[in-house]
Parts: sequence; structure tokens; C-alpha cells
Amino acid sequence: MPEIKVTPLGAGQDVGRSCILVSIAGKNVMLDCGMHMGYNDDRRFPDFSYITQNGRLTDFLDCVIISHFHLDHCGALPYFSEMVGYDGPIYMTHPTKAICPILLEDYRKITVDKKGETNFFTSQMIKDCMKKVVAVHLHQTVQVDEELEIKAYYAGHVLGAAMFQIKVGCESVVYTGDYNMTPDRHLGAAWIDKCRPDLLITESTYATTIRDSKRCRERDFLKKVHETVERGGKVLIPVFALGRAQELCILLETFWERMNLKAPIYFSTGLTEKANHYYKLFITWTNQKIRKTFVQRNMFEFKHIKAFDRAFADNPGPMVVFATPGMLHAGQSLQIFRKWAGNEKNMVIMPGYCVQGTVGHKILSGQRKLEMEGRQILEVKMQVEYMSFSAHADAKGIMQLIRQAEPSNVLLVHGEAKKMEFLKQKIEQEF
Amino acid sequence: MAAHLKKRVYEEFTKVVQQQHEDLSTKKLRLTKPSKSAALHVDLCKATSPADALQYLLQFARKPVEVESVEGVVRILLEHYYKENDASVRLKIASLLGFLSKTAGFSPDCIMDDAINTLQNEKSHQVLAQLLDTLLVIGTKLPENPSVRMRLVEVACKHLTDSSHGVRNKCLQLIGCLGPVEKGVAKEAESQAAKDVQKIIGDHFNDQDPRVRTAAIKAMLQLHERGIKLQQAIYGQACKLLADDYEQVRSAAVQLIWVLSQLYPESIVPIPSSNEEIRLVDDAFGKICHMVSDGSWVVRVQAAKLLGSMQQVSSHFLEQTLDKKLMSDLRRKRTAHERAKELYSSGEFSSGRKWGDDAPKEEIDTGAVNLIESGACGAFVHGLEDEMYEVRIAAVEALCMLAQSSPSFAEKCLDFLVDMFNDEIEEVRLQSIHTMRKISNNITLREDQLDTVLAVLEDSSRDIREALHELLCCTNVSTKEGIHLALVELLKNLTKYPTDRESIWKCLKFLGSRHPTLVLPLVPELLSTHPFFDTPEPDMDDPAYIAVLVLIFNAAKSCPTMPALFSDHTFRHYAYLRDSLSHLVPPLRLPGRKLVSSAVSPSITPHEDPSQQFLHQSLERVYNFQHLDPRGIQELLEFTIRDLQRLGELQSELAGMADFTATYLQCQLLLIKALQEKLWNVAAPLYLKQNALASAAAKQILEETYKMEFMYSGVESRQVVIIHHMRLQAKALQLIVTARTTRGVEPLFGMCEKFLQEVDSFQRCFISELPHMQGSFVDKLLDLMPRLVTSKPSEVVKILQTTLRQSTFLHLPLPEQLHRATANIIEPTGESDNPLRFTSGLVVALDVDATLEHVQDPQGTVKVQVLYPDGQAQLIHPKPADFRNPGPGRHRLITQVYLSHTAWTEPCQIEVRLLLAYNSNRSKASTRIPKSTWSESLEALPPSENGIEGTIPFSKPVKVYIMPKPARR
Repeated sequence: MPEIKVTPLGAGQDVGRSCILVSIAGKNVMLDCGMHMGYNDDRRFPDFSYITQNGRLTDFLDCVIISHFHLDHCGALPYFSEMVGYDGPIYMTHPTKAICPILLEDYRKITVDKKGETNFFTSQMIKDCMKKVVAVHLHQTVQVDEELEIKAYYAGHVLGAAMFQIKVGCESVVYTGDYNMTPDRHLGAAWIDKCRPDLLITESTYATTIRDSKRCRERDFLKKVHETVERGGKVLIPVFALGRAQELCILLETFWERMNLKAPIYFSTGLTEKANHYYKLFITWTNQKIRKTFVQRNMFEFKHIKAFDRAFADNPGPMVVFATPGMLHAGQSLQIFRKWAGNEKNMVIMPGYCVQGTVGHKILSGQRKLEMEGRQILEVKMQVEYMSFSAHADAKGIMQLIRQAEPSNVLLVHGEAKKMEFLKQKIEQEF
Repeated sequence: MAAHLKKRVYEEFTKVVQQQHEDLSTKKLRLTKPSKSAALHVDLCKATSPADALQYLLQFARKPVEVESVEGVVRILLEHYYKENDASVRLKIASLLGFLSKTAGFSPDCIMDDAINTLQNEKSHQVLAQLLDTLLVIGTKLPENPSVRMRLVEVACKHLTDSSHGVRNKCLQLIGCLGPVEKGVAKEAESQAAKDVQKIIGDHFNDQDPRVRTAAIKAMLQLHERGIKLQQAIYGQACKLLADDYEQVRSAAVQLIWVLSQLYPESIVPIPSSNEEIRLVDDAFGKICHMVSDGSWVVRVQAAKLLGSMQQVSSHFLEQTLDKKLMSDLRRKRTAHERAKELYSSGEFSSGRKWGDDAPKEEIDTGAVNLIESGACGAFVHGLEDEMYEVRIAAVEALCMLAQSSPSFAEKCLDFLVDMFNDEIEEVRLQSIHTMRKISNNITLREDQLDTVLAVLEDSSRDIREALHELLCCTNVSTKEGIHLALVELLKNLTKYPTDRESIWKCLKFLGSRHPTLVLPLVPELLSTHPFFDTPEPDMDDPAYIAVLVLIFNAAKSCPTMPALFSDHTFRHYAYLRDSLSHLVPPLRLPGRKLVSSAVSPSITPHEDPSQQFLHQSLERVYNFQHLDPRGIQELLEFTIRDLQRLGELQSELAGMADFTATYLQCQLLLIKALQEKLWNVAAPLYLKQNALASAAAKQILEETYKMEFMYSGVESRQVVIIHHMRLQAKALQLIVTARTTRGVEPLFGMCEKFLQEVDSFQRCFISELPHMQGSFVDKLLDLMPRLVTSKPSEVVKILQTTLRQSTFLHLPLPEQLHRATANIIEPTGESDNPLRFTSGLVVALDVDATLEHVQDPQGTVKVQVLYPDGQAQLIHPKPADFRNPGPGRHRLITQVYLSHTAWTEPCQIEVRLLLAYNSNRSKASTRIPKSTWSESLEALPPSENGIEGTIPFSKPVKVYIMPKPARR
């Protein structure tokens, strides 16, 4: 009987700090190495002392695999490799390798430069860490050593996200990372062949949700933006720099193209420009439409979307602005929001979840008078809309993947315990 | 005179060539006949190594072999086959055997025994497979011989146990293609092997090799195609194959299940793991639905396509395909569709959505949620959201077919179709709009759905907008707000894209005539009339105002109370529009308005369209002209032609018919005029100068007949005969004119002969129509035929001349529907003053966008012509992919034309126009006759380049300003 031992160092029954140790036929593999957004102390990184108490990391681990570039999947990587000390190979896909350092650098800047923390990894460490990375292609079988081999499958979710099959002899494990079974405007759906692994480790963020068709949501979103713009109003869309932002950009860009609209769309610069560059490069990782049409025009070379300048916010006439950060708690998006909030013609669309305490959360829960710093009262007259664009597989998607891969065992991670219980029950019932 | 001499020399030369050619061909035949097999034999014996032999065989395979020598060649090949040790050479020989057996006219039963014998000793799997392939060819060549087939099937069955998948594949293929059609025959033959072909094939459904499994399913499908009723027992086996690891197996299995569901729709099958039973077609439907979420997109496309043709499925299952239960954190959530419906039925429409509007409602019983859909659940929901557009298109097509047969399903799938209007790929959007149009008689659009549909009117693609206009033409709207909304959006569309004018007007015409009662309450608002005040008279030329009027007038047609709401100027505008846009504005009965109502006399029912009557009356008149004097005939013809042309301009639906007849009468007129030349009686030398008129007439008639034959769609064989007859007359006229103008008999010989050949082929083509042509030119000519063949050219000419004059005028029967092919170049507009500058020697691409109407097979016939100022003309063949088909009878050409020229000193205009290329070989007549007869008659025409015989310009030329600059050094 083959024995596969799985030890989650993070994201076992919650979201964030994904880090899972898998021992399979004498090989030890670490899947993801993320940080936790909610903590600012030692708890933000996985506890590597679990391994180091028995010796060095490099001796223990055969390889590390990073599924995609979100910080809760790769945020602890420089700390792990440079500060704790790991010299073995780190595997990730090409887009992840390209975009990951940008995000890590940004993360470092915020913690060190803004919050003034010491004892954090440095830029040099990020660079050194990235030197240990081996990039892999989709469906390429990489021989880590004589016995251990890994293979990447497309996972949707974000650019470059992958699921990994880890195989030693006749035993195999599939780790999904985060994935999405429904295609969106810039990425395709996750796909895996009937590889029949002994164990499937799958995320279960939306274990108890079945979502409506994406089209209705998109249509609602476009209709609202279009109506506001036609009225002469301004639309503010607070976003995080990577991922959803690109999807919404593509959505609006094609809509503008289709409907022959003229109102300007702006994107607040920063991280995004660098990232957009990589989106343009990794066309093969995008969906069918973008892949098919890029010969005529790369969809990420936006015609209608231009860089935002702070002075534009006071321009008269309609416009659409994407601004960071996504929860309206600071920065450019908040500044623009304060300027526009007073006019009922304008609109703010929140495309994602907002943490309690942020301005975003307050306005979404219907608050119309906001207290800003300096005891100012800001009256919100503009329309507030919420729209959920999420890129995780829902319960049906998870079941579909299980059906495709036909594993003999399933392990649910990256989700809440209660929801997992439901899904577990369902999986047992169906298969 | 010099020209004359030259002609003679040329003709003599051609004669010599012909003789030589004859000699050559006979010699060739004699020489090659015995050589084929002998040469091959010599070659193969010479060959020292297998590689050499292979080379010889390859060379041999490139040349065709005559029917008579096939058997000899086969014998020699077989002889070498037995001697040969190298497998590759044997393989080639085996494939050659198969190739040779295909030769038309060769009966391969004589070589079958040998071929079967070779199988026995063969060791190589590849060669075995090839030999079985050869046997398959032999078997298919002998369909009349069941015993041969039985033997072949037996042989195949023996080899089914072979260890190579290739051999098993071929065996199954052979059994599938040749297996006995009737079971009875198999029993009579009493061969245990061929007893039950289906069972043998079915046993290989579980083969270890996926290729063999696929071949087995394909063989089964082949049996079905040949008319063998498959047994129901294989259904269970086929269902297991749906879970196969390999996509080609699953794909074939889906097909097999579909076939079985069509064969046994009403049989009852048990549901595993329960005691219930359901109809087979429902079970199969569920299984195929399941495959819509398969891992391989090829299988998904296949499954989605097949779903559309399963109309016997019960409505309960059908409606499940659109079912999707939403939940959020284990609580039931309503879909956006349900919410929209609720909002609508509660009377509250288009409220801005609040945060938490879609908040989950009741808790769900965890046990009741079914995450993996059993059977049909949500198949279309998946299919329409698929990542590959091929799957989405297939799903939309399937939806369309199912909705056409089930009105209740049509109602349900509406929401999903409307959603597809926002797909990211244009083809999918277009397809879903077309689908919606096809099912539109079954549905009524809700206001919120209409809103989404109308939002697409702003699309920048003309195809999409026009498709949407067509859809609106046949949609049912439920409320007056809906109509108002549609009108407002259409007017918005009109201001944004003014070129859509015609299409929008047409759309409003139908919208009005379909919903008179909904338009009625809107009239005062639309016409902005006021009970007390006079409002300013709107501008009559404003397209938006015309659009509103078109809507109102068409509604007023079936709503007699409406005209009471019109103001004075509305009546005036009606009179004007009725005249200028008669195809859009219907005749109205307006009380108290003598001026208007007199235009339409009440006695006329809509069936007897006055213009149609007019057309027929004028034709009657013309056909009865025999008793008139020549001068009268000419005048009558002239008047009628003028009338018809005017009628065509006024009544667009009769334009094709009127133009067609006018052209025919024009031909007749020209013929009469040419024949009535007084000069016919004058001595030949004097006539030389004045022959111009007659020969020009002949030429023009020829041109017009080509136009009649190829430019109109809906021309039937009855008309084709008349057209060809007219062409024959024109050719006779040409012959007469030439005879009178050329001196010497020599050149006439050829012409006469050609003409007689043409008469002959005419007779062969239209033999069935000849009885209808009493008293016509050709009728008389055929009577005189024996005399003509033997007489001298000069006599022939004389006979022709008299027959041509005496012959009667044939009636042109009119077909039901006749449309003239028209083209309209939208782009380039020809209005630009800025020349298109480019460096000489390089090319510049000019975008051409044109609409074509009533063109049959535009891919093959429509060409673009570019005329440069120096008289140089270029013919450009657009790619087949450049043509789109937005609606029945309409096509759209969007292509790029490459221009280039040497440097000019200043900008100049070039002309771009569209041509219709024709070729009599492809004409409607040629479908009924062997090709050879036509190619003979074609010799008279100028040599053609890749099948184009001539071209007809059918669009207005557009001028483009260009300027090739000299290249800078």
C-alpha cells in the first residue's frame, strides 16, 4: 500500500498562507509558499521550523512548486529560500516567474518602506530567490530527479496559474492550486486529463456555492457603465492591480470597440503597466478569443484605455477610471472617490469583496455619510454598485474536475472547514 | 485585304495542326497498348534491390493504366509479389492492386482469389492491412455479388484475432462495409463466421486498443448507414464506451448512441441503481447531455450538435437542460433570469440593483443538492458557457432546432439566447440572433429581454445590426412601451449609423403591421400632435421622421381608427411617401380623402396586385402582335419595353420580372430591326458598309442573353430554352452577316459547321422542350436539317435567312419568382478628394465592402475589376471566406483589393466595380447533359481562363483617387 503523507503548513482549513508538504514514496515536495494577509507578526509566514528541527531545508525537500503568482501562494518564498535557507529547485510556470517578483517587490516596499519593519527580506533576496526558479511549460514533464517527475496543467484563475501532477513511480498526486472551471474574458477554463492520481489536493473556496452564468454579470456591469457614461457621468472602478483588473479592462475595451463609444477609459498606473506588459507576452496562456485574434491585434494593447493622470479627475464629461487599491481604503481610488462622490450622476462599481472597516465596505452596506480624516463629513450621492467577479471554481466546477481526473482520494484545502464538510459529503455520495 | 489574307493563312494553319493531332493520337494508342505490363515486368526483373523495385513501382503508379491492360498488370504484380522478400515492396504492390481495382470499367472478381491467397502466407502486419484494404476495394466494386462479399467477410473474420491493431482495424472496416444487409442471406450461406456481423463487431467494443474500439464503432455506424437495423442490445455496450479514456472512442460512441436513440426511441430501459425505467430516447438524451461537459472539446461539439436532432425527447427532460440551481453558502439563490422575471411580473422594472439584492434566501437541505447533474440537467447551460466557441455555436444551433419543435422550450430558452447576444465572438452573436429569428413565431419578448436585445443595435458590425433588424421584423412585442423602446433604439441606431436607413425602415414596416393595437396609443406622441395647438410640420426628408411614419402607416393599415389622429400634413406626407417609397408604405383607405383613396380603388383585393396585372396585360398584348404590320410591331415593342422598365423602377418586388421580360423584348426588337433592314435585298458589295447595324445587333443580343441566363435567380429550364433559342437566332444572324460580307467560301465552311453543331447540341439539350416550340426558328431548322447538312454554305445561309424571317416569336413564360442580381459598393464611397498615396512598385490595399443580392454561388462568380486610367484592367478573385451570408438571398463581400502601378505625375482616378463571371459549362442547362457536347459548342467562344467564359458588370463603378509616387532613392 503506497503511503502518501500530507502536512499542511498553511491553508489547510482556511484561506491564505498556502503551504503544503507532501511526502510521496520517500520524496518530499513543498506545494506553494504563501503569506497571510491578515497577520503582521510571525504568523504571516508558514512555520518552517516544522522541517528545520530535523535538519536543513535543502536536505529534506526535493523540490518546491509554486502554482501561481498571488501572494498567498508565493509571498513567503524569499523568506523561505534566503532567510531560512533553501537551495533546491523551485518550479513555476513562465508567467508566474515573470510576474511574481513584481508583486514580491511591491509587498516588500509596503512592509519595509511604508510600515518601517526591519528583519524583512530585501530586494536582493528576491533576486537571489528568483535565480533558483526553474520555469516549466504546460504539459511538460519535468524530471526533478530519477524518480520524481512533475507536470503542469492549465488552471485558469490568473495568468500562468497551473495545477501540478507529482509522480513518483506509480504513485501520483495532483495539486490544483487555485483554479477556475468557467472561462472568462481573458483566460480559459482549467483542464486536466484522466490521469487517475492516488490523491487530488483541491482548493475549495466556493465549496458551497453554485454561481450564475458569467454572462448575466458581465451584461449588468456593461449596461451600468454604458448608462452612466451616456448620462455624462463618471464611473470609478476600484481594482487590485492584477488579475480581475485585466479581465475588466478587456471587457470594457471590447465593449467600447463593439459599440463605437468614445468616452475615455483610464487606468491608474503603477504596478499595472509592468504587469500588462507580461499579459501581452504570454498570449498562449489566455483564452481562445485572444489567442485567435492576436495576429490582427493583441487584445492587451488597449486602444481605448489610457494611463491616468491625477489631473484628469477634474476633467468635465464622462469617463471611466480603474484605480487601485480595490477596497477604497487609501491611495488613488480613495482620492478620486472623494472628488466624485458628491454627484449623483457618477457611479462607483466594486468588483470584489471588501474587508470590514474599509470605505468600500461602508458604502456597500448602504452608508451615505462617511466620516473622513479631519472630521470631514463626505456625503455620498453617487450610485454604488457591487458586482462579484471571482475566479475560483464553484462546487460544480470542483466536482467537474474530480470527474475529469478520476482520483482515488480527494483532499480539500484552501477553504472553510464547515463548507468542506458539505462538499466532502457530496463527493462521497457522487463517486 | 491584308487582313483577309492573314485570316486565310491562319485557317489553313489550323487545319494542318488538326490533321497532325489525329495522326499522333492514333499512333500513341497503338504504341502504348502492349507496352504497359511488359515494361513493368522488365523493370521489376531488372531491379536488383528492393529500393530500386520500389522506385519503379512508384513511377508506374503515377501513370494511368487503360482498362484493357489492367488485368495483365495485376498478374505481373502478383507474380512479383510472391517472389518478393521485402515487406515494403509487397506493401506497395498491395496498394497498387487496390488502386488498379478502382479503375473504371474493370471488374475485379478475376483477381479476388489471388488476393485472398496472398493473405494466407503473409507475415507482415502492415502488408496484411494493406491487402485487406485492397479486398475492401474489390468488395465495394462488386455490390451485386453477395457470395463474394460473404467470402470476403469470412476472410476478415479470420484475421480479427491478429495481434496488430492495423489489421484488426481493416478487418472491422471491411466487415462494416461489406457485411450482409439481410440476416436471411447470412443463414442461407450457413457460414458460421458471418452469422451475426453485429455480434462480431460488438465483441471488439472491448478491444484493448482504442483505435480498434473506434474502428468497431465506426463499422457499426457503417452498417447502419447501409440500411442494417442495429440491435438494441448494443445500447448497453455503447453506453459503457462513453466513459472511455480516449476521445475518438467517446466521440464515435456518442454518435452510435444517437443512432440507436433514433432507431428505438420508445423502448424502455432500466435506470441502473434503481427500479425505475425510462424511454430509451430520454436515457440517450441524458447521456449525450452528460457529454456536453466532457473533457475533450471535440466530443463536446459532437454532443452539442447531436442534441439538436433529438426531437422525440420528452419535454420534461428537455426543460432540464436549461436548469441550474444556484446557491451561495448553502442557501438557495435566484438566478439573474429569475430575478428579472420577478421584477417584471411585480411591475417594477429596471431598478438599480442594490448590494445584497441577490442575497441568498432560504437554507437548502444539504441532502437535496445534486452537484453532478444526473442526465440532462443544465447541459445547455454548460454548452453555452463553454470556453471554445465551436461548442457554443453548436449549442446555439441545437437550441434552435429543439426550440423550433417545442414552443414551450422556445419560451424557456429565450433568456439564454438573449444572453448569447453578448458573447465575445461575433460569429456566436450572429448565430444566436439568427436562431432567435428562426424561433420568433413561438415567442413573445418580455420588456427586459427586449431591452437587452435592443442594446445590441449599437454594435459596430453591420452584419450584427442587420441580423437584428431582421429579427425585429418578426418579433412579437407584448406592450406599447416595448414598441416605443424599440422605436427609440432604432432611431438612435439610425443617427449613429445612417447607412442602415433602408434596413431600419423595413424593420419598422413589419413592426408596425404586426402590432397595430400597440402603436395606436402611441400615435399622438410619435407625431407630436397636440389637441389645441398646431405643431410645426416636420421635415419630410428627415430619415428619422420617415421611419416614424413608416411605423404608423403600416399599423394604420389594419387599424381604421388611426387616421383620425393624423394632422393635415401627415396626409400630405402619406401621399408623398406612398409614391416615393411604395414598397414601405401600404395603400390605406383614408375616409374623406378623395385624392388619396382614389389611388386605390376599393374593388381590388390584395391578391390582384394592379402592377402584376399590368405586367401580364402588356405581355399579352405583345404576344398577340402577329397580325400587326412591321412598323406597328416595332412601336408596340418599344412602348412595352419602356413601360416595363418604368414598372421595374416603381415596384421593387416586380423589378426582376419586369427587367427580365424587357430584356427579352429588347432582344426580339433588335432581331426584328436587323432582319427588316432593307439592305438585305441589296447586292452584297453595297452592303459591306452597312452591315455594322446587323452585326452590332447580333452582338448585343448575345450579350443580353448571357445576362438573362446568368444574372437572374429563379430562372427555370423553361426560360433557359427560350434564352438559348434567342442566342441561336443571334448566331444565325451573325453567320448570315459574315456570309454576306466575306468573300470566298472557304472560311464559311468552318462557321457553318460550328453553327450546325450548335443546333445539334441545342436539340440534344432541350429535346423535352421541343414540342412546345411549334413554329419557332429551331423547329423549322430541325425540319430542314437533313438538307442543311448536305448543302453548301451559301445555300445554308440562304435557308437560314428565310427561316429566320418566317419564324414566330416565342412566348416567354414567367417563373414564380425572379430576381435580378444586384451589387452595391458601400466602400469605397468614391467621394474622397484625398488621393491614396503609395510608392510605385509597391502595393496598396483598398478595402472593398459591397452588398450583393440574389447572387447564386457568389464565391465562384463575383469578381472585382479595377480599371486604371491607362486602360489596363485587372480582374481580382476574392477569397471564398470574404463572402458572408447575412440573410436569404443576400451576401456581403468584404475584401481587400491590392493596387499597384508605375509612378504617375499627378493623382488620377481608377474605377472599381463588380463583375459576374459566367460559364455556360456551369449553366443550369448543363446539369442535364453530358459535358462533352457543350465543350464542342464552346469552341466558338473566346478561350476561357479557369472556367470564366465572360463577365457581366453588375454594379455601378466607383471611382478611387490614387497616386503612385516615384520611389525615393
